[in-house]
Amino acid sequence: MTQFILEFGTTLIATFRDILPILLLITCFQLFVLRQPIPHLRRLIVGGVYVVLGLALFLIGLEKALFPVGKIMAAQLSDPFFLTGVEGAPAPTDWTAYGWIYLFAAMIGFSTTIAEPSLLAVAIKANEVSGGVISQWGLRLTVAVGVAVGISLGAFRIVTGTPLYIFIMTGYAIVILQTFIAPKKIIALAYDSGGVTTSTVTVPLVAALGLGLSEAVPGRNPALDGFGLIAFASLFPIIAVMGYAQITHWAGSRKIINAPQGEDA
Amino acid sequence: MGEVVFGGILVVFGLTLFIQGLEMGLFPIGESMAHALARKGSLFWLLTFAFALGFSTTVAEPALIAVAAEAASIAAQGNLIAPGEESLNSYALGLRLSVAFSVGVAILVGVLRILRGWPVHFLIIGGYVVVMLMTLIAPEEIVGIAYDAGGVTTSTVTVPLVAALGVGLASIIKGRSPLLDGFGLIAFASLLPMIFVMGYGLLVFG
Repeated sequence: MTQFILEFGTTLIATFRDILPILLLITCFQLFVLRQPIPHLRRLIVGGVYVVLGLALFLIGLEKALFPVGKIMAAQLSDPFFLTGVEGAPAPTDWTAYGWIYLFAAMIGFSTTIAEPSLLAVAIKANEVSGGVISQWGLRLTVAVGVAVGISLGAFRIVTGTPLYIFIMTGYAIVILQTFIAPKKIIALAYDSGGVTTSTVTVPLVAALGLGLSEAVPGRNPALDGFGLIAFASLFPIIAVMGYAQITHWAGSRKIINAPQGEDA
Repeated sequence: MGEVVFGGILVVFGLTLFIQGLEMGLFPIGESMAHALARKGSLFWLLTFAFALGFSTTVAEPALIAVAAEAASIAAQGNLIAPGEESLNSYALGLRLSVAFSVGVAILVGVLRILRGWPVHFLIIGGYVVVMLMTLIAPEEIVGIAYDAGGVTTSTVTVPLVAALGVGLASIIKGRSPLLDGFGLIAFASLLPMIFVMGYGLLVFG
């Protein structure tokens, strides 16, 4: 218990330091640039206390729960005994042996993305921009499947040890190609959707999965192979959103064509 | 097991409290400030605000704090940096500051884009080209974490405030549509960190 209080105290101080820049920004701009008193000062102070406390608790919990769970899942699903059924077998180096890992990675990707509130916001906007052609559920499912495929491909990359940049560069090439043929109105939104799908809970879990996997598979070095899953999870939604827009566009709707075009279009 | 359950409760409770606090205090004032500054019409203060907003929200981003700490301990295990609390903390802080700085620059450029009406895809494709070039010269130990940094930065704190700034600006400036021009800020904020973190890697490992 004393240990917990000590840990909480140190995290709390560090957290306060992390929040300080925002506080400075708001006070300086409000008082010196906009020259107005801060509105709802009480609410801001109470909210600020919530933010610092909540962040400190979250970070402690993260160390105790999310990171260990991700690593334990990776270690158990890539355990030689679990994979081969033979006691004391050496860890398999063949990528086909790690089927459970790919499935688990895909499920984490799909379930966390479908529940992501910021994706819902993007889907609503996309529905508006496209004049109703892009359905909210269709888009959310497409992005969730995109993230699932992305993370599972990322797990495959860790198992085989292929350099990360080959996958990401190919992804970029596809995105650039799509940019030229996708409906113009959807492009900025599609680019943004890459950033919003990776949330606060998903990131540590997925990062821990990658690091745990790179520790378990023989011949992999966590420093070289452990990261990169989040990069996959932020690249694939871009491809998925533009792809979905292209397909619905191509499917013969005239709403996008007839809608007034902006100057960028 | 008990530890994990306790940690899980802390995660849920902490995140709820954190978001509640953001919605009570920071989000409303951040949004009203973004609108007020966009109306004030001073380019200098608007750009300063854009940079400071990107920087300060990224420093407070929980997912980035967690991943930077993890990256530091991995780097220490791989003998890339000296073991020990102090060097771990300075590496993690260095990562976070380079990401925060890059997000600040990204939001600044993104705001300029909205003001000038540059098409978003030229900047993004240009950014991709720079990422590719940086990948060629960056030490390979940093590439993974650098690519991940892009996705990590844009999360709970940054997205709502930055989106409010973009949409607020686009709705005030004549000839800009909030839906077309208001987006794209987040895209920069996930692209530039890759470049800056690879640059940080060049400094630290190179």
